Amino acid sequence: MTSNSYLRISNLSKKFGEFEALKNISLDVYESEFVCFLGPSGCGKTTLLRAIAGLDIQTTGRIEQAGKDISALPPSERDFGIVFQSYALFPNLTVERNVAFGLENRGMARAKIRERVTELLDVVGLPDQGRKYPAQLSGGQQQRVALARALATSPGLLLLDEPLSALDARVRARLRLEIKQLQQKLKVTTIMVTHDQEEALTMADRIVVMDHGVIRQVGAPRDIYAAPSSAFVADFIGTMNFLAGRVAGDGVVEVRGTPFRCDTADIPPGEEVTLSIRPEDVILCNGDADVVNGLDTVVRYVEFLGPFCRVGLASDVFEDGEVCADLSSNMMRERTIEQDAPLKVRFPENLVRVFPARS
Amino acid sequence: MAANAQSLSEAIVKPRLSRDDWIMRASMIVIGAFLLVAVVLPLYSMMSKSMENKDGAFIGLANFYEYFSTPSLFLSGVNSLWVAALVTVIVLVTAFVYAYALTRTCMPFKWFFRLVAVIPLLAPSLLSGISLVYWFGNQGVAKELLMGESIYGPIGIVIGSAYWVFPHALMIVITALSITDARLYEAAAALRTSAIRTFFTVTLPGCKYGLISAGFVVFILVFTDFGVPKVIGGNFNMLATDIYKQVIGQQNFQMGAVVSVVLLVPAVIAFGVDRLVQKKQVALLSARAVPLEPKPNRRVDMLMLAFCSFVALLILLMIGMAQYAAIIKFWPYNLTLTLHNYNFDLANGGGWDAYFNSVKMATYTAVFGTLIVFFGAYLVEKGRGFNVGRNVFHGFAMLPLAVPGMVLGLSYIFFFNNPSNPFNFIYGTMIILVVSTVAHFYTVSHLTAVTALKQMDAEFESVAASLKTPFYKTFLKVTVPVCLPATMDIFIYLFLNAMTTVSAVVFIYSTDTQLASVAVLNMDDQGELSFAAAMAMMIAYTCAGARLLHLLLTRGVMRSSQAWRQR
Amino acid sequence: MNPTSFLTRAIGGLCGAAFALGATGAFAATELTVYTAIEADDLKRYAEEFNKVHPDIEIKWVRDSTGIVTAKLLAEKENPQADIVWGLAATSLMLLKAEGMTEPYNPAGADKLNKRFVDTDSPMHWTGMDAWVAAICVNTIEAEKNNLPMPTTWKDLIDPVYKGHVVMPNPNSSGTGFLDVSSWLQLYGEEGGWEFMDALHENIAWYTHSGSKPCRQAGAGEAPIGISFAYRGAKVKAQGAPIEIVIPSEGAGWDMEATAIIKGTDNLDAAKKLADFSVSKEANVMYNTVYAVVAYPGVAQPVEHYPSNIDELMIDNDFGFAASNRERILKEWQSRYDSKSEPQG
Repeated sequence: MTSNSYLRISNLSKKFGEFEALKNISLDVYESEFVCFLGPSGCGKTTLLRAIAGLDIQTTGRIEQAGKDISALPPSERDFGIVFQSYALFPNLTVERNVAFGLENRGMARAKIRERVTELLDVVGLPDQGRKYPAQLSGGQQQRVALARALATSPGLLLLDEPLSALDARVRARLRLEIKQLQQKLKVTTIMVTHDQEEALTMADRIVVMDHGVIRQVGAPRDIYAAPSSAFVADFIGTMNFLAGRVAGDGVVEVRGTPFRCDTADIPPGEEVTLSIRPEDVILCNGDADVVNGLDTVVRYVEFLGPFCRVGLASDVFEDGEVCADLSSNMMRERTIEQDAPLKVRFPENLVRVFPARS
Repeated sequence: MAANAQSLSEAIVKPRLSRDDWIMRASMIVIGAFLLVAVVLPLYSMMSKSMENKDGAFIGLANFYEYFSTPSLFLSGVNSLWVAALVTVIVLVTAFVYAYALTRTCMPFKWFFRLVAVIPLLAPSLLSGISLVYWFGNQGVAKELLMGESIYGPIGIVIGSAYWVFPHALMIVITALSITDARLYEAAAALRTSAIRTFFTVTLPGCKYGLISAGFVVFILVFTDFGVPKVIGGNFNMLATDIYKQVIGQQNFQMGAVVSVVLLVPAVIAFGVDRLVQKKQVALLSARAVPLEPKPNRRVDMLMLAFCSFVALLILLMIGMAQYAAIIKFWPYNLTLTLHNYNFDLANGGGWDAYFNSVKMATYTAVFGTLIVFFGAYLVEKGRGFNVGRNVFHGFAMLPLAVPGMVLGLSYIFFFNNPSNPFNFIYGTMIILVVSTVAHFYTVSHLTAVTALKQMDAEFESVAASLKTPFYKTFLKVTVPVCLPATMDIFIYLFLNAMTTVSAVVFIYSTDTQLASVAVLNMDDQGELSFAAAMAMMIAYTCAGARLLHLLLTRGVMRSSQAWRQR
Repeated sequence: MNPTSFLTRAIGGLCGAAFALGATGAFAATELTVYTAIEADDLKRYAEEFNKVHPDIEIKWVRDSTGIVTAKLLAEKENPQADIVWGLAATSLMLLKAEGMTEPYNPAGADKLNKRFVDTDSPMHWTGMDAWVAAICVNTIEAEKNNLPMPTTWKDLIDPVYKGHVVMPNPNSSGTGFLDVSSWLQLYGEEGGWEFMDALHENIAWYTHSGSKPCRQAGAGEAPIGISFAYRGAKVKAQGAPIEIVIPSEGAGWDMEATAIIKGTDNLDAAKKLADFSVSKEANVMYNTVYAVVAYPGVAQPVEHYPSNIDELMIDNDFGFAASNRERILKEWQSRYDSKSEPQG
């Protein structure tokens, strides 16, 4: 047992009738950590968050917070602040009174409450908006108020349920940075639910990738990106090219007759596997020199994306599909890459990953 | 360690209930018990009464056999069916065109037509019957229009019923026509679809659920109404008047119970079908639609103006005649004007006390009804867990809509006037009138409250719980202020209905608790038509005043909360 | 209506609405709950007269039409709310007697009453007050307009000349209607009675639910002829209606208003005092102000608008026959006339 585990989830399951929303989930969240639950909709991430909050209590399993068993406690007896996608600000109360809502109930002196509210509004960057009603604020401002309200009572755990999903792209990008900085400053243990990988990658200390009610991988953003443990994770985080093949021998996978060198780990020969490589890992080759994992392709399309271009490549090896390669604009300048032009590329041996064939 | 984890994972977590959960569940059980006592148990005692003989012995369906083999009684059922069906057709067509004019055209004076259309809601259904006597009775001023036909019978019932159910249908159809998507019409116009084809392929299908719903509402109202046939029905028997005759005329409670059950069946069927239809409509509504702005079309607008003016004129003539009748000395021989007819203490059927009782009863009903209904709806909508309890409660709350007032009133006699009933003490008091009226009009109020609550963010309660604020504080600080307009609507709905209802209370009022609406009925029964008209008009003034007050208060509330209310 | 009293009441009503439900304040020495069908405008006078003799007893009136009061009493059989009934049709009281709901008691002085006005049992279950006699109200203006001759007998009414001009109460919902039907059956015998009604039915415009309504409608010209009762006729005429009140020469059915103590009352003493008062001479004088025939012999003075010969024309009513055959007669009536009461087109 790690000494600084703040929230310990053990063997958690949740059933809605016959449907199993969570299947035997175990997870430790450490003190002051920012954890993201990431996954497609219906993967169980929100269900897990609501179980932690006590809003929808799990069917079986145990949750401990700060060493205390909170498995069966109602939300009001747990220690957390929460922010929802919808903001859930009380429309008839001013910003100040929304933030003060949790404080008013604790017998705190009026002056103290006012002091705390002012402090919080400063922290979230809305020092002069206290007298306004939520409807008079923009979406981003409203979400800051919701954040201030959740933090007002200094909870041990901050839960964020898709807090940025209702906002437009610019506001979202700015607010995610601010939330991250605020969290680092306050050192409050935070769990955020999101379906947006970019959000998870930028904000989280650790990402918990979920799918169909199970945890697929837990790890730091870099590790998960670089070393996805499964094709699902590889696909969900970042972009990935997949090729179906078969292990031909130690370190060799054959795709439609073409051998590729790669790390086959301990998958025995003859197994169906999925070969994968990220677009930015595809490398251009010069000349006709025979290289490892080199491949002759034809350019199908070139998509200009600013700092780089995404190039669609066709080859007999890919059957009907294509492989995408992200080529930096620098690299592109040196060569003419046009539609229908032939192009030789290489899949670096150490960057090609092999997963058991997807079912 | 592994074995340990396994055993842990298999223990089903029993959520611990917070103090809030306990309070909410207890409150829900209390209000559920109220509905049980006010609706479910009385109905049960009425059903069992229908299978008893005079001595209280169980005789199965023998009473029903007797009922269906009595040709005159069976005929009443047939009469009720066809009259209700005919009125439904007439009112649906009228209400549709009227609503169309209000929502889809640029007809002038819309405000006026909206105002006039609600007038029939302000007085008991009896008023139209009384007015018709003065218009088309044997001394009626426009008797010739009937070309020798008698107003006493189906003609009178159909006209009178159509008058008072018109606003009920109109409100539903207006809502149905208001929730259309302008983009559909733009698409139709872009495809050069003819106006008539657009009407049949876009307009009608778009509001078909509203029309079906309005149809059922009108049908049930007419099928179970007692006031109009009582006053103007002559020898034309209908089920609702049969119950009255069986119980009041012959003191045959068993047969009254049998007719009640017969009355209940089509009402419950219509109610069930309507609920199914309503469910479908919710799915249609969820799309985000662009509101339709009608464009001027001189010919259509003028045509609609003519039609609405005609309907509005009929409504005004109806209530106008009742007002005239109320201030005439001795119809038709002495037409001098007088206030003598407002001297209700001289008439049989209830004096001024009855009027003030009605005001009291309506006030109590509105105050307590709004509190109970809104809090009950809040518990159903915002409570956590306890799904069985919430579903049972919701079922109880939906039931009263299917129960005709007369059936409810009669069942109250059976249930509450039983000395072994611990609630027997409320029999003959104001309490039983308030309880029955709240119960009678529970469903619509409940649905209004539920709709308002559904529009609130579902996470308010979660946030409040995370902030460790007791639910009642959130309820008072947030839920009530946000839903204030809806609670005011419930309040006025209960008040108006309590002022005008006859059917349920006619069986359970006592002399201490005579009511104005019942007085209208009794005065008419005695032939004191001018007093009846005056009393009906007293009710109408009161209701109009209450509505005006409601309008002003709602405006005030909206203005003071403008800062935070969107849209 | 006095405007001041209206205002006071309005304020009182609104204030009352602010108080708790069902709060009633009672302070009189004895409060007697009296069920009655006496006309609303007579109630106050009756209570005042009674209080002249017994100021310590406060009457709490429960007033409604005969049918409703009877229904209410029967409905409350298990748990009676009334202490005494003062002014309800004797036939209704006979019904209560049959149900065992009346307290036998001989009011002091009841022996002085006309024998046909009291219960034959001893002690008596009920005592009569005044007679309530069937009568025909004829609107003279409308009769003239329609060229209708003035009827003088019941049989006159079956003349086709009156087709569609006669209104009578439905015996199934009106005590007066039943009184008419039972009197015809007694006058003409079972067979003759139904034959008469068959013919009369052809002339009836509509049946009303209450016994007063035909006369009121005759008064308003809504129907030229209403079969009702003399008391109502006199009242309508007093209001200025152009009507004649005819007591048919064959004789008219009648019922009486009567008094009975309800068994099990908590206020038996006070109830007995009221029963004693109700048979007293003073009370009968009081009844006589609106009823021409009262139970106390020698009291009756002619009442304005009443036909003078009313006393002689009252048939020798067999209340026993009426009570014991009530259900059968009503059923027969219903199957003969109610099923035919379809719209006439």
